[in-house]
Amino acid sequence: MENIIEIKGLVKRYDDKVAIDGLDLTVRTGEIFGFLGPNGAGKTTTVRVMSTLADFDCGTVYICGHDIKKDPSKAKACIGMIQQRISLDKDLTIRENMILYSLYHKISSAERRRRIDALSEYIGLTEYMDNMVDTLSGGWKKRAAIVCALIHEPKILFLDEPTVGLDTQARRLLWDIIRRLNNDGTTIFLTTHYIEEAEALCDRVGIINRGKLIDIGPPEDLCSRVGATAVEYFHNGVKTQYRYFQNREEANEFVSTLPEGTTVTVRRTNLEDSFVELTGESVGRVR
Amino acid sequence: MIEFLKEVYAVMWSDLRFMRHHFLNIFIMSIMSPLLYLLAFGYGMGRGMTYEDIPYVAFVVPGIVALTTLSTSFSSTSTRINVQRLYYYSFDEMMMSPLRNSAIIIGKSMMGVIRGSISGGIILLIGLYITPDLHLTPLLIASILISCFTFSFLGIMAALLAKSHQSISTFSSLIILPMTFLCGTFFSVSLMPGAFQFLLYLLPLTHASICIRASALDWVFPWTSLLILLAFCASFFLINVYILKTKM
Repeated sequence: MENIIEIKGLVKRYDDKVAIDGLDLTVRTGEIFGFLGPNGAGKTTTVRVMSTLADFDCGTVYICGHDIKKDPSKAKACIGMIQQRISLDKDLTIRENMILYSLYHKISSAERRRRIDALSEYIGLTEYMDNMVDTLSGGWKKRAAIVCALIHEPKILFLDEPTVGLDTQARRLLWDIIRRLNNDGTTIFLTTHYIEEAEALCDRVGIINRGKLIDIGPPEDLCSRVGATAVEYFHNGVKTQYRYFQNREEANEFVSTLPEGTTVTVRRTNLEDSFVELTGESVGRVR
Repeated sequence: MIEFLKEVYAVMWSDLRFMRHHFLNIFIMSIMSPLLYLLAFGYGMGRGMTYEDIPYVAFVVPGIVALTTLSTSFSSTSTRINVQRLYYYSFDEMMMSPLRNSAIIIGKSMMGVIRGSISGGIILLIGLYITPDLHLTPLLIASILISCFTFSFLGIMAALLAKSHQSISTFSSLIILPMTFLCGTFFSVSLMPGAFQFLLYLLPLTHASICIRASALDWVFPWTSLLILLAFCASFFLINVYILKTKM
């Protein structure tokens, strides 16, 4: 199967507000796909629809070839989900949460034991398995959520803003886990408003704003659409301005025309430049 | 059928573990109120009194058993689901798994049924010890179980519809608390004015009290009340399945 996710004409409304506005999107099997956009763009709503947690008004959504409206059970069996907020049962230990998830997915007890041992070692959680969820730090909780989401060996893992609230070290460890999972065959769909994260992890990125898909492609392609080099300049108290050029020579030529006393930065274009040019809005907080 | 029961077990498993982690706390919470009712109304006010030709304590114990099934079953399910849904978000994980909605509802009701049965059972055992007028009969056990299921389903419904923890408190204050005192638990509904009696017969606890009292005291069993209680039980169950299908 080439496309593991196929969305056509998806519309989701909350009362009068349109959260997703005619979204068409495909995600290829085996890739890390990033959904980039500002807060409130419709990223989480799209993931909630795909994971069957939210209903939708129009359109079709196929996960692993299964229509999530007509055949939700088969679609659910293919999905693992890490929500933005930790959604483990905090009255239970990590091991108990893993057992619970395996019961939800009807995994036999012998297979359950094998997978719990293997996954806890894979993610590096072995020594914390009998700790209550709330005794762990944010990074470890995230790891615990990942092992639970992987217990039924899903074909696709949804990660909704996976690194929000994590420190740099925990964030980079999580990135390694995501890459390793992808190398081992799991398709990854992650939402983020962190440019750096999308650039570091994703094979392809979709930019969403106000419920509409603005552009889609590999990060380097999206960047090159506005040019290869960006010039940021600030003069006389006017807000920082940006110009984009196909190469550094053109950028340098432009810089030489700026008045004396202008603060100038010349750098490679990034996804935020692309986003701003495409939508006229800031992508959100950039680390 | 086996597959369905496995799904029910999967859903109730986390609640069983929760009860194991907090057993003492849950046990004390479950029996504190009914014991106080028994002391206050059975021994305090009711000492030496007779009611409908039996000692008042024999009359009131089945009523306290009924209200215990209501309060314990309702609060067990509503509180736990409310926390899992609005604070832990772990309810979402269950909804994302390939479980049938009917299995989710029955599985989530089991903690209420178990806790309600244990609390009601303890009060009943005390009642059997202190008064010879009470009897343990199969119909009594059936009535207690149906009552526990009914109020567990009601608790699930309240939790699924709640927008906040405050919503559950409001529901408890407006619906559960009045039922506790008025639905034939401490006195016969027949003593109330006609119109009020009609209203009380529209509430499930009235029929639970009537069934539990009649079966415990070996009175003629009120089959109509049992059927009405079963109808409440089935309705709450179906409404819950509908809510899961359409609102979650």
